Amino acid sequence: MKYKSQKVAYWFFALSMLLFGLQIVYGFIMGFAHAGMDGLHDVIPFNTARAVHTNLLVVWLLSGFMGAAYYIIPEEAQHELVSVKLAYVQLISLAVVGVVAIVGYHFNYWEGRKFLEIPRPLDYLVVVNVLLFLGLILVTLFKGKRRTTTALVLSMGLLFAALLYLPGMLPFDSQVKDSFFRWWVVHLWVEGVWELIMGGILSFLLIKLTGVDREVIEKWLYVIVGLTFLSGVLGTGHHYYYIGVNKIWLIVGGIFSALEPLAFLAMALFAVNMYRKGEKKHPNTLALYWTLGAAIVSFIGAGLLGFAHTLPQTNLYTHGTLVTAMHGHLAFWGAYAMIVLAIISYSLPNLTGRKLYDSSLGRMAFWFSNIGILGMTVAFGVAGVVQVYLERKLKMEFMAVQKEIEIHFIVLIICATLFTTGIIMYMIDFYKHGTPTDEALETTPH
Amino acid sequence: MLSKKQARAFFLGGTVVTFLIFIGLTIYSFSKAQDQSNDEEITEAVVRGKDLWEANNCMGCHTVLGEGAYYAPELTKVIDRRGAGYVTAVLMTPVSWEPNGRKMVAYGFSKEEANDLIAFFEWIGKIDLNGFDRVVSPLSKDEN
Ligand code: HEC
Ligand code: HEM
Ligand code: HEM
Ligand SMILES: [Fe+2]
Repeated sequence: MKYKSQKVAYWFFALSMLLFGLQIVYGFIMGFAHAGMDGLHDVIPFNTARAVHTNLLVVWLLSGFMGAAYYIIPEEAQHELVSVKLAYVQLISLAVVGVVAIVGYHFNYWEGRKFLEIPRPLDYLVVVNVLLFLGLILVTLFKGKRRTTTALVLSMGLLFAALLYLPGMLPFDSQVKDSFFRWWVVHLWVEGVWELIMGGILSFLLIKLTGVDREVIEKWLYVIVGLTFLSGVLGTGHHYYYIGVNKIWLIVGGIFSALEPLAFLAMALFAVNMYRKGEKKHPNTLALYWTLGAAIVSFIGAGLLGFAHTLPQTNLYTHGTLVTAMHGHLAFWGAYAMIVLAIISYSLPNLTGRKLYDSSLGRMAFWFSNIGILGMTVAFGVAGVVQVYLERKLKMEFMAVQKEIEIHFIVLIICATLFTTGIIMYMIDFYKHGTPTDEALETTPH
Repeated sequence: MLSKKQARAFFLGGTVVTFLIFIGLTIYSFSKAQDQSNDEEITEAVVRGKDLWEANNCMGCHTVLGEGAYYAPELTKVIDRRGAGYVTAVLMTPVSWEPNGRKMVAYGFSKEEANDLIAFFEWIGKIDLNGFDRVVSPLSKDEN
């Protein structure tokens, strides 16, 4: 670490870890419910478990992105964060809003809109929180000695992510319009501005880990985020095929969303090539694993598995089935969970001064979690394909089909256990690093 | 070889152009002539039904228009499939509805609330879904 104020990042990462752990617990509740064991129904019905599972996911990823920004921006801008105190205020208020929302979901206090369940009054608090965060980051960047492309892309991603939260707050009487603008948030986040955040973090990590020239890396960063928006904005149309709007979206959404995997392919090729090109081998190989892993697994989860159901002809049958859940898990894991785990793995030794590079625990964490989630993806996928076939081709009743596919959720739970073992190892490794200290400050940058 | 400046121009240009087209198509989709959702048939009852749908997060178990969770039956054409009487019973029963052994929350809605939700489902059921309606509902498929 080069600036004292970077230490605040650690606490955002710690919050991430905590919420991630809780997210997994609620995942298991749903996995068991699907397998026919819904003993918790009276206390935590499925819709509560789901809202908690997905919202915790979003909050821990956001907390990870914020931590990443607090770590990266001072270093890129060569300037201490303008106010560390306010950053802690922002951290605590983020945690409070998150926890209040999660508790509320257990008492039927929510807005039943998938992924955007946070009730309106809390939405305003989210907005204030994010404004504070953006203020701190942007003012630091503005006052800094240099404005790098990496820092700009990262900040732009964070800024647009905040702006795009607003269409999700518009009230509509029509379910069709409601759902139309819900996608402005959900789709334009994960297939748009969050990719800027991912690209920014990825490029920072590659510069540090491979030693390839910044100019080269940042040029390709522009190409990648260019491809992202070129395909991703109109690609939103893949959610508009069958929700009651014009057929024009079948063509526009079909063509542009089919191009979206290119951005992820470019990201994977970019990361692997920079790694090959790199002269300098940074000793933190675990961070390198997670960084390259994120680029590659996101291509599989988002690119390939997204493509698998994005054409209108296929989506007609798979729309709203477990096939979507299959893709959702590997895409979120590869692109966003792994990039957050990558920046944590990179920055933790620098923040705490404990250079536990390349521990066998850390390596096992990487392989267990990745093999586990690949297994989960296969389990969801098999369940999804069988569901599509029986329900939508053979016209069987929904509930009769669910009975047929219960067994795949047992497989899901087994794979999820492997995955969770990996995550627990990651957390132990995190804990072993201890807390950040000023003694870890570097005088000479490298 | 591509320079960094050109790469940036590609990024900014592509973004602006596609975003403008996106806004244009959005406005076009919601113009009156293109309406496929019978927007003017949204009555107060339909809106009250939608409010109940949201306040209770039914989407956390069910899908409607193919959006939501994958745990409980798709409801786009539920009135077609089951009839209003059946649905009223599901909504008003004070014990968990579980004929197939998977529990729904026991809402025990009043008659008025049940009617509002039915109005909501009836409106949903009439939307032109570009062919998806025939896939999710065996009933309307048979009319084909
Ligand atoms: C905890 C999950 C859950 C929630 C929340 C939930 N449902 Fe259900 N619902 C179910 C399940 C499971 C079934 C099927 C039960 C069975 O067949 O065993 C069902 C069945 C139904 C049916 C009959 C569908 C059919 O095809 O037979 C209707 C209608 C329905 N629910 C409406 C609603 C409405 C409206 C809400 C919100 C107010 C709601 N549900 C909330 C789980 C849920
Ligand atoms: C990192 C990037 C991505 C993430 C995190 C992601 C995640 C998700 C999630 C969570 C859903 C379910 C959303 C909901 O129903 O509310 C979804 C749906 C979908 N995604 Fe992605 N996705 C990504 C990229 C892509 C790409 C690149 C494509 C296409 C090539 C794609 C195609 C689709 C399609 C077609 C659906 C709709 C499925 C349906 O009709 O039910 N996704 N995605
Ligand atoms: C480890 C244990 C996990 C289990 C058992 C689990 C299980 C589930 C289940 C059963 C659902 C609900 C599907 C439905 O509606 O019926 C779900 C939804 C979801 N989970 Fe997980 N999950 C786990 C971990 C994760 C992780 C690590 C991520 C992200 C990286 C994740 C992301 C999601 C997303 C995005 C959805 C919504 C999908 C959609 O709407 O299409 N889950 N999960
Ligand atoms: Fe999408």
